[in-house]
Amino acid sequence: MLAAHLDPLAASLFSLMAIASLLLAFIMLGSRWIRHYLYAFAAESWLIAALSAAVGYYGNYPELYLIAILTFLFRGLFLPYLIFRIIHRLNIAREVHVILQASSSLVIGAMAVVFALTVAARIGAELGLSGTIVVLALTVMLSMKLIGFLMLTVRHEAISQILGLLVLENGIFLGAQILVPGMPLLVEIVILFDLLIVVACFGLLVQYLQTHVGTTSSLALRRLVG
Amino acid sequence: MMAGGFALAIALAPAVAIVLILLTRRAAVAEGLNLVASAIVFPAAILLLVAVRGGPQVYWHGYIILDGLGAWSVLCAAVVYLLASIYAVGYMRLLDEPRRLSRFYALFAGFALTTLVGPLMNSAGVYWIAIELTTLVSTFLVAFEHAPESIEAAWKYIIVVSGGISLALLGTVLFYWAGSLVFGPSYAMTWAALRDAAPRANHALLLLAFLLVLIGYGTKVGLAPMHTWLPDAHSEGPAPVSALLSGALLNTAMVGIVRYLAVVDAAGIGALPRAVLVVLGAVSLLVAALFIVRQRGIKRLMAYSSVEHMGVIALGFGFGGPLGIAGALYHMLNHSLNKSLMFFGAGSAMRSYGTKNIGGIRMVARRFPAFGALWLAGAVAITGAPPFGLFASELTILRAGMRSSAVWAALLMAVLLIVIFIGFLNHFRIMYFEPAAADRVPSGQISLWCVVPMWGALLPLLALGLWWPDVLWSYFATIAHALGGTVALAGAAP
Repeated sequence: MLAAHLDPLAASLFSLMAIASLLLAFIMLGSRWIRHYLYAFAAESWLIAALSAAVGYYGNYPELYLIAILTFLFRGLFLPYLIFRIIHRLNIAREVHVILQASSSLVIGAMAVVFALTVAARIGAELGLSGTIVVLALTVMLSMKLIGFLMLTVRHEAISQILGLLVLENGIFLGAQILVPGMPLLVEIVILFDLLIVVACFGLLVQYLQTHVGTTSSLALRRLVG
Repeated sequence: MMAGGFALAIALAPAVAIVLILLTRRAAVAEGLNLVASAIVFPAAILLLVAVRGGPQVYWHGYIILDGLGAWSVLCAAVVYLLASIYAVGYMRLLDEPRRLSRFYALFAGFALTTLVGPLMNSAGVYWIAIELTTLVSTFLVAFEHAPESIEAAWKYIIVVSGGISLALLGTVLFYWAGSLVFGPSYAMTWAALRDAAPRANHALLLLAFLLVLIGYGTKVGLAPMHTWLPDAHSEGPAPVSALLSGALLNTAMVGIVRYLAVVDAAGIGALPRAVLVVLGAVSLLVAALFIVRQRGIKRLMAYSSVEHMGVIALGFGFGGPLGIAGALYHMLNHSLNKSLMFFGAGSAMRSYGTKNIGGIRMVARRFPAFGALWLAGAVAITGAPPFGLFASELTILRAGMRSSAVWAALLMAVLLIVIFIGFLNHFRIMYFEPAAADRVPSGQISLWCVVPMWGALLPLLALGLWWPDVLWSYFATIAHALGGTVALAGAAP
């Protein structure tokens, strides 16, 4: 497998990109301004696109170049643009009610990373791959997943929840590039298109939410209980 | 080759209907087209079931698999699709929105299409995409009535289910990775390939991947504690949509869990996954029992009953063995029939009395004698009383449980089923026989379009309860064999 015997330069390049995306997830977690989330998400997607290209180059997977371009176009430009338009139209700048202070969510996020590292180290040891980039990729994959769920829980603006879901998927994308670069192309292309549909759905729903419920905060969604 | 033709008919009929509906955009035409599509799908599903008895067949470069489990789940979905399409004709006219009706039917056929083809996907990745598509299409159906409640339900539905499903994607990637350590970096990720790789793959990795997949698809199945979207989505969509969500969609997602269970069984590490599945099933029953007893909304009552029955099916597959699998599969069909009947009844009662609250529905027995008797029979059936089909399947699952090492789960299941029986029928006693406090007079008659599908669900249910055909036993035995033979929860060797 590619990740097990990489040359040192490639390994450190991949590590750098993975860690930078994790840091961007923390920026999303620590800020209350919705625009910051969006910029961080776009930057994260660009990093993942660059990572795809790098994996394609070092591992000789030419189809990954195509995925890199698609990721950059759809997840890096088109999705942020759509969300930007929705933010602009809805005229919301930041989370008004905070369930958890930024500092506390950062600490919880850090604990999530430690947990992810424990799991990843255990799996790495099982496979005899301790100390390789595999452990790092698994850590970043799992911790971005956990941070995404954390964002879904403590944020309640509709836009933040959409971005939280996208972070969930970004984590999987990033990990999959390093761990299973040979995963059938069809799947990855369809996932890209699938995300487009998701955003179209969300765009519609956000509009519905505002016209019919009068707010885009999920705190107001409390009619259906029990 | 026969089976491939039937599968094609199942996929093409709704697809062509969608295109024609979008082209004509007339409510009356859309109604008819959808009905015709469902009338084609149903016999094709039965023929498909017969055609795959010889063993699994693979089509279209290995992307489509026609096997017993998939065909069975397709049959469950096709039954609900047919009944719900008939019911929709009567029910949707009451909404009095003729302009949006064609859009409704296009979405409805699309939703049926995704649930019908999902179980036939041979690639774990494409199966995930099919399940995600069901969510996308059905969100719009849940939000169709545009009331604040339906939009709230749709929002919770898409957020909770997408979040859960993304865990299943992570699990899928990890499964592929585990396989790639055996086969090399690129291979077709079919179910068969995963099962071949499993014995040589790393067990810790497989366990982690399976647990992620179980939580992910478990969200879609509505197993507690990931069921939170289910009562909202099922109660706020139009009644035919609720029937399709409950009777067809939940089974489609369950198929994925069962297929992955076969993979970990092949690796010989099925004990922990089965135990987790049994615990999730038991928790679902417990949560459902608590919420059924104190429920106030009529459709929410039905929704929690779905959580209950998905818990029962999870217990059946968790206990495993030929008996557990046969019981769970039989329960799938019985539940699909019965839950359609219940949602149809709830929808009609809701429209006639103009309220979703159990408190507002009174004296059903006197106001609608014929319809009331039918709905009441369904309520007796869904609580697992004889002589209906659910009694037979629940008893089989209980027997499988008593033979397994998880006897506690079987005993808990028996106790909770009794609690649910009392709680559920108490609501019906109040609705049928208690006099109304404020005299609310229900309006209008219940149309024939709405009553006929209820008969269409009740009669087969009665037949399946009185007579469990030998053909089905041997069919279930074939499926159980294909899923890994006689692997069951530890200590259950028959």
